[in-house]
Amino acid sequence: MSTEIERIFYEPPARPTRIPEAPPAEPQPAVELTLDGRAVTVPAGSTILDACRAAGIEIPTLCFLESLTPVNVCRVCVVEVTGSRVLVPSCSRRVEPGMEVLTASERVRHGRRIVLELLASAVDLSLAPGVAEMLDAYGADPLRFGPSAPAAAAGEREARHPGHHEPPDGAAAEIVALPVKVDNDLYVRDYSRCILCYRCVEACGTDAQNTFAIAVAGRGFDARISTEYDAPLPSSACVYCGNCIGVCPTGALMFRSEFEMRAAGTWNEARQVTTDTICPYCGVGCTLTLHVQDGAVVTVTSPMGSAVGEGHLCIKGRFGFPFVQERPTG
Amino acid sequence: MEETDLVVLWGSNARETHPIFFHHVLRGVRNGARLYAVDPRRTSSAQWADAWLGLDVGSDIALANAIGREIIAAGLANEEFIRRATTGFDEYRARVDAYTLEYAERETGVPAALIRDLARAYATAPRAMICWTLGITEHHNAVDNVIALISLALLTGHVGRYGSGLNPLRGQNNVQGGGDMGALPDRLAGFQHVENDPLRARFDAAWGVTVPPKRGWNLTGMFSAMERGELTALYVIGENPAQSEADQGKAVRALAGLEHLVVQDIFLTKTAAMADVVLPAAAAWAETEGTVTSSERRVQRVRKALEPPGEARDDLAIIFDLAARLGADWGEPSAEAVWDEVRRLSPVHAGMSYARLEAEGGLQWPCYDEQHPGELFLHARLWEDPVPGTRAPFVPVDHDPPVDRLDADFPIRLTTGRRLDSFNTGVQSGGFRSPLRRGETIDLAPEDAARIRVADGERVRVVSRRGAVEAPVRIDEGLRPGLAFMTFHFPDDVATNLLTIDATDPKSGTAEFKATAIRVEKLRPVARRPRRSRAIVGARGGR
Repeated sequence: MSTEIERIFYEPPARPTRIPEAPPAEPQPAVELTLDGRAVTVPAGSTILDACRAAGIEIPTLCFLESLTPVNVCRVCVVEVTGSRVLVPSCSRRVEPGMEVLTASERVRHGRRIVLELLASAVDLSLAPGVAEMLDAYGADPLRFGPSAPAAAAGEREARHPGHHEPPDGAAAEIVALPVKVDNDLYVRDYSRCILCYRCVEACGTDAQNTFAIAVAGRGFDARISTEYDAPLPSSACVYCGNCIGVCPTGALMFRSEFEMRAAGTWNEARQVTTDTICPYCGVGCTLTLHVQDGAVVTVTSPMGSAVGEGHLCIKGRFGFPFVQERPTG
Repeated sequence: MEETDLVVLWGSNARETHPIFFHHVLRGVRNGARLYAVDPRRTSSAQWADAWLGLDVGSDIALANAIGREIIAAGLANEEFIRRATTGFDEYRARVDAYTLEYAERETGVPAALIRDLARAYATAPRAMICWTLGITEHHNAVDNVIALISLALLTGHVGRYGSGLNPLRGQNNVQGGGDMGALPDRLAGFQHVENDPLRARFDAAWGVTVPPKRGWNLTGMFSAMERGELTALYVIGENPAQSEADQGKAVRALAGLEHLVVQDIFLTKTAAMADVVLPAAAAWAETEGTVTSSERRVQRVRKALEPPGEARDDLAIIFDLAARLGADWGEPSAEAVWDEVRRLSPVHAGMSYARLEAEGGLQWPCYDEQHPGELFLHARLWEDPVPGTRAPFVPVDHDPPVDRLDADFPIRLTTGRRLDSFNTGVQSGGFRSPLRRGETIDLAPEDAARIRVADGERVRVVSRRGAVEAPVRIDEGLRPGLAFMTFHFPDDVATNLLTIDATDPKSGTAEFKATAIRVEKLRPVARRPRRSRAIVGARGGR
C-alpha cells in the first residue's frame, strides 16, 4: 500500500471547518385559518390535525398514526369545515387559506358519537387504550343497538361472498367476532378486536415493511384483514417482523406470549417495567423497549420517536430476545 | 438513504440482514432513487432493484475497475473534485485502462451493457450511495475490494455530501463500537494509531503504564500464532471461534493445542466447552449498562432490564476483578466512568456525555465537545477549497480471483451468508421459534440440481478441499448455474465452516468465507436415515 494511504491511517483526520448538516428544508408559505374562531397560522401542507395539535386542541384519533400515511377510515377525528357538505377527517385534510374549522360543534360531537357507538357495538374494544374515555367523553351508548349477536364460527365470515350478507333483523347488534387465529409461535390475530383501521396493512405495505402479506378482503360488514386466500401465516408472505402488532391500536394483534399469559390470568401490566436498550443483532441500532414482568421479558416494542426505525423492527429484534432468559434444563 | 438519487447495494442482502435499514432504502426508492444490486445471488434485496448485476464471486474489482474506466472514458469523472480533493488519479486511470467492458464481462459474467449502464447512472446521478456488507469484505483481498469502491466515489465526488457516500453496513450491534474502542490490533480508542508516538503517549500518561508501541495480531493472525506455538493462552470474550472461523477443523485444532483457554460468554458455547476456565457473563444488551455504536456511528445507550442468571456477571465486573488479581485496583466498576475515560482519551467521543446520549437519543461521532451536534456524514472537508488535511488518495488495485480455485473436482462456487430470521452461529437466534426457519440447506441453482440429479429436499454430501458435510438440497432460482449458498446458522447440525477456506486478507485479517470450491455428491438412497444431519470431519482432499 502506498505511503499516502498509510499516513491517513496513522494521523487523525483533519476536521471540516463547518459541521456537516442536512440541507435546510424548503420553507413552506404560511397558511392562515381559524380553529373554533381562533386565528392560527401553520405551514402549508399541514393537516387540520397538525394545526389543532399545534394550537393545543385535542382531537380524538383511532386509525391515525404519525408514522403511517393517513387513510381516514375510522372517522373519529372528523371536524366541521364551513362550506363543506360533510364532516372532514382532520388527519388527512390539508389546511387551506381562510378555512374555518369547528372541532367541537354539536354536529362534530354527534358524528364522533355515532362512529364510536357503531365501532364499540361490533368490536371488542376492551384492550384499546383510550377508547373507554372517548366513549364517556362523547356520551356514546353502544348497547342501544341491542345485545350482541353470536360470534361467527371458524371460517364462516371468511367464506361469505361480497354482497351475500343477509341484513340483520335488528334484534341483536351484529359483531365482527370470529375465533382467534393462532397459527404460529410468535403472534396471534384476534379479529374480534379489529376496527379495520388499516394500520397493519400499511405497516406491512408501503409505509414500512413492503411485504404485502395482508390486505382488506371482503366488502361492507364482511370486510376484514386477511392474508391471501386467508392462508395461515406460515403459508403466507409474512416475515414476522411484527410491525403490524406494533401499530395495532386495539390489541387485535398480540404477541403469543401476551395472549397466553392473558389466557392464564398471569398478564399484569401493573407489574411490568419497561426499559429501552439497543437490539443485540445487526448494526442498524434499533431501540428495543423491553417489557419485563416478574424478571422476564414478556413483549418487545420500539418507540415511534426513534429516528432509526420509527418504531419498526424485524423478526430478530421483536421476537429474538428469548435467548437471554434461557436457563439450563434438567 | 431517503434523499438520494441512486443506491448501489454491493455484496449486501440488506433486505434480510439489515431489514430496518432496507426500510429506508425502499423509502428512497419510492422517492425516486434508482437501486442497483451487485450480488452473485439474485437475493430478496436484488428483487427490488432496477437492475441486478449478478457477478461471479470474487470478481468485484474487475467490475469496479471497469465501471471506473467507463466513467473516465465517457467523460463523466468529476474533474474539478478529483483535482482539488484527491491524489493519484493518473495512476488510477492508467491501471483501470486494461479493464475494458469486454474484459469485465468475461471475468465477472455481467453483461457489458449493464456495466455501462451502472457506470453512467452512478456518475450522472446528482447524489449516489454505495453500500456494502460482507460480500465485499469476506475475501482474501477484502481491503482491495473496499478501495476499488472508494475509488468510484472519488471519481464522481459521491462522498462527503448529504445524500452521497460510502456505507459499510455493520453486521453486529457493536462491531463498529468495538473498533472505535480500540479492539483492533493497531488502534487505541478513537481510531488512534498505536504506533503514533504522541497519540500513544497520552494513553501512557492517563494509565500510568507503557502501552506496547507496536501493533498486535488480529484474529486470524492469532490463529496463525497458535499454530506456530507462539500464542499459548487465549482469553475469548463473547465469541465462538470454534464454530465461526473459516476452516473450522483447523481452528478447533489450534484451540485444542493451547496451554490455557479462558472463555467468557453468556452460554456454554462449543468454544467454552473446550475452555480450561469459563467465566459466565451477563448479556451486554439487557443485563448491563453501557453503550453500543451502530453502522451510522451512532453511540446509543444499552440498559439493564434483567438480572443476570446464576453466577453470571457483568463483563466489566469480571474484567475489574481480573485486574485486581493482577495487582491493579480500578475501584468500583461503572460503565459511565469507563465511558468518561473514553471521552477524555478519544477526541471523537469527547462531547458524548451519558446525559446527552440520554437526552438526544444517541449521537454520531465525531463529537468533539459538549456543544458539538455530532456529524451526520463524514469527509465533508473534501468539498472545501482548499481541502483541510490530506487529500484523498486514489489507490489502484487489481482483480485477483478467489484462492480456492474451481476445477473439475470442485466445480461449484459455494458462498455463505445469513438468512432473515437467524444470526451467525445461532447462539442468539436459536432461542426463539421462528416460523420461517427450515434448518440448514445447500441451496443450488435449478440447472446444477438437474445436472447432479438431485431433487429439492434430497440430502447430499457437500465436499470441499478441507472437509465435507451432509445437508438437504434447496433449489433456489435466484442462484446462477455454478453457484451454491449455505449459511452457518446451524453449526451443530451442519458445520458449514468445515468447508470454508481460511485464506485471509493480509491487511484486515478477514477470511474468504464467500468463496469456497465444492462439489455436491448424490448420496445412495438409504432407507430410514436419521433426520438430523451430521458433520463429517477430516474428509480427504489435498490442501
